[in-house]
Amino acid sequence: MDVSQYLDIFIDETNGHIQDLSDSIMILEKEPENKDVINEIFRAAHSLKGMAGTMGFKKMQRLTHDMENLFSEIRNDNIKVNSALIDILFNCLDAIEEYLETVKATSNEGDNGNETLIQQLNDFLNGNHTAPDAEPVAAQETSAESVASDDGKKFLSIDVDDISCSKIKEAEQAGLHTYGVTVHIQKDCLLKAARAFLVFKAVEDFGEILVYSPSSQDIEDEKFDLDFSLIISSSSELDPIVEAIQAVSEIDKVEADKVSYRDFEETVDEKPKDDAPETVAAPAPAAAASKPAASSQKSAQNNKAATTNKPVTARTVRVDIEKLDALMNQVSELIIAKNSLVSISDSEQGSDYNTQTFHDQIEYLERITTNLHESVMKVRMVPIESVVNKFPRMIRDLSRKLNKPMELYMTGEETELDRTVVDQIGDPLQHLLRNSADHGIESPEERRKAGKPEAGSIFLKAFQEGNNVIIEVRDDGAGINTEKVKAKAIERGLVTEEQAENLSQKEIIDFLFMPSFSMAKKITDISGRGVGLDVVKSNIEALGGDVEVKSSMGVGTTFIVRLPLTLAIIQALMVEVRDEKYAIALGSIQNIENISVNDIKYVQAEEVIHLRGLVIPLIRLDELLDSAPKEEEPDNLTVVVVKKGDNYAGIVVDNLIGQQEIVIKSLGKCIDNNKIINGATILGDGEVALILDVNAIF
Amino acid sequence: MAEEFGLDGVEKEKVQYIVVSIGNEHYGLDISYVDNIVRMCKITRVPKAPFHYIGIINLRGEVVPLMSLRRKMKLDDDVFTDLSRIIILKTEEQGLIGVVVDEVKEVIALSADEIDHNTKSSQTDKDNYINGIGKNGDELISIFELSSILDEVEVL
Repeated sequence: MDVSQYLDIFIDETNGHIQDLSDSIMILEKEPENKDVINEIFRAAHSLKGMAGTMGFKKMQRLTHDMENLFSEIRNDNIKVNSALIDILFNCLDAIEEYLETVKATSNEGDNGNETLIQQLNDFLNGNHTAPDAEPVAAQETSAESVASDDGKKFLSIDVDDISCSKIKEAEQAGLHTYGVTVHIQKDCLLKAARAFLVFKAVEDFGEILVYSPSSQDIEDEKFDLDFSLIISSSSELDPIVEAIQAVSEIDKVEADKVSYRDFEETVDEKPKDDAPETVAAPAPAAAASKPAASSQKSAQNNKAATTNKPVTARTVRVDIEKLDALMNQVSELIIAKNSLVSISDSEQGSDYNTQTFHDQIEYLERITTNLHESVMKVRMVPIESVVNKFPRMIRDLSRKLNKPMELYMTGEETELDRTVVDQIGDPLQHLLRNSADHGIESPEERRKAGKPEAGSIFLKAFQEGNNVIIEVRDDGAGINTEKVKAKAIERGLVTEEQAENLSQKEIIDFLFMPSFSMAKKITDISGRGVGLDVVKSNIEALGGDVEVKSSMGVGTTFIVRLPLTLAIIQALMVEVRDEKYAIALGSIQNIENISVNDIKYVQAEEVIHLRGLVIPLIRLDELLDSAPKEEEPDNLTVVVVKKGDNYAGIVVDNLIGQQEIVIKSLGKCIDNNKIINGATILGDGEVALILDVNAIF
Repeated sequence: MAEEFGLDGVEKEKVQYIVVSIGNEHYGLDISYVDNIVRMCKITRVPKAPFHYIGIINLRGEVVPLMSLRRKMKLDDDVFTDLSRIIILKTEEQGLIGVVVDEVKEVIALSADEIDHNTKSSQTDKDNYINGIGKNGDELISIFELSSILDEVEVL
């Protein structure tokens, strides 16, 4: 029995509470008088403390306890909220997060006591005029304790079997004290078994547990009410043992007394006649019994040693129960469809009726698999909220550090993305935000000169567009100075001066994504080491997305991150070029046109078509993919018009095959440097088709 | 069988090689890298891929890149015959990679003293993928240094 099975829940919930706290403290900073927020904070801190205590993380519990005290003082209007206080609170949150990270990695809280933080907290508590004599929390707890039921010394009525009885006797004869203990657990305790385990652990420091009631297995499975009893043998006095048990949190009370084997012999058999032979026979089985007991205890200890440092790596997704229900329904439908197919194959072959139903069933099956895929995808989708909601805090810290007042405005936090993408999008976004805060937003003086409000604004906007999710990071800062970038590029020898003259705005901005190309005048710990944007770009590209930059001098910069909604399966249009098949993601396709060769116009020697008011550049897929040249140009071209942001392009293909659901497979690392192809898929006939990355064509 | 080989290996430290022919030379591939050997199948060309990659194949539902050893060693381009085989190599870094050979001959076991590492020619660029010459009777077998063949993949 160990608490590791609760670790996942603990980590999950603690994360949630930390986030709640962080959000609330941010609000508190702005509205120091908001009582609702203070209550919210208080609750979150209290739950954190409770959970840390439950899991036996004492240091974490201590820190949260002191935080809670502080909050209760704030709640009672004894302490006023100021920015120094908020800073300390955020430091505490960081410390708790650190504990949590250590717990995640090693299942232990580590040994950082965070004494200075606790000191600071207490300074706040004591330094401010009021003496925190009345602690409402403590009062609450004691009242809860006093309410708890009184069941008396249950250990006296434990059913003790012969072997255990003789064990007790043996221990007594060996000169050890034997005690009966009944432990009452608080009513609102969530993890009773974990609690019991901690009690066992505490007791085992003193001696051996001879009898469990209910059995240790039942306790482990939480098959007990609010109390359990033990009989232990120890060389120690009773008091320290009781103290140790009471040190475990959420224990209501402990009753203990000395016991003797005689107490139990009576309760067990009440047959004094049998007593004599049994006592004679006792030592032998007892010796036998205590040996395995000892060895099992040893192995339990070994287990403990093995488990304590095991990293907790389980990754979980919280799923809305409705999504699961939908999934379940579809699976049952799938089974029905399978059964109908089985019955068709069992019945007579060849009849028209059968062929008809067979086709019906295939269609049915197709519909189910599509729905099933959608549902599974939905289960994998999580809102980006979990990633972006740490950013307001980060911007606040940066704002103080850089002495630039700025605000972060976020919209579309509820936008959902595939779990794997969400997990990995955090760092790139953080980079972009830091970049905006450090380089984008000017100093207050400059902003005043430029006639802008002193406080800079950073906008984080997420929304869905077709099969993509767009995340925009915009600032109202100075914008990218392309002249400076150009000069830097020339200085770095990336381009010659003549070449630089002919570069487009976009090409110049692209230099920013080159490795170790930093525009920062001086290196700060926020950004400027030149390992920023190139990492952002490669991270996002690894996820199958891309980054675009729009900037205008004096107005601001916008980074547009485009990410695929899902990674594994997409709807695609299959097209043919010569005898090769390619897939184009349906999400990026705008429409399909049949164009006469005569309609092709030329702009700057590039082929374009003029379609309903739009001038769309033509891309010959066969040329792009180095296919064998066509023997003769047909009169009509099939053009697939694709869209990326506001840009359109017409892809000329030989043939359309049709729409298909395809599973994306990686090409493997070695061919991955290929920008036009972003994967492969296996078709129904076993042939491999390549998936075109439309975004790379532009 | 396995046990026999195992004992054999302990005694003489023999390593098993799959002997293949490319052109009129024989080459040995360390069997521990080999996942399996399959017949030629439909190869899908990958545009803009590095030159020595012929394309990708469907290996029981997995997409596996295919490398041409001939192209890698700057020999004449492959001509696929009935004897041509694809040897699927498993690598830690890049998963499965297929290489095309003209013919698979046999499996031999060579001990360290049967392999001559002091071949001067191994310094030149073209033969950089050979780490020794094995002697199997009268036959000479160039032993591929698979890690260098596959490593260079990453540099590209």
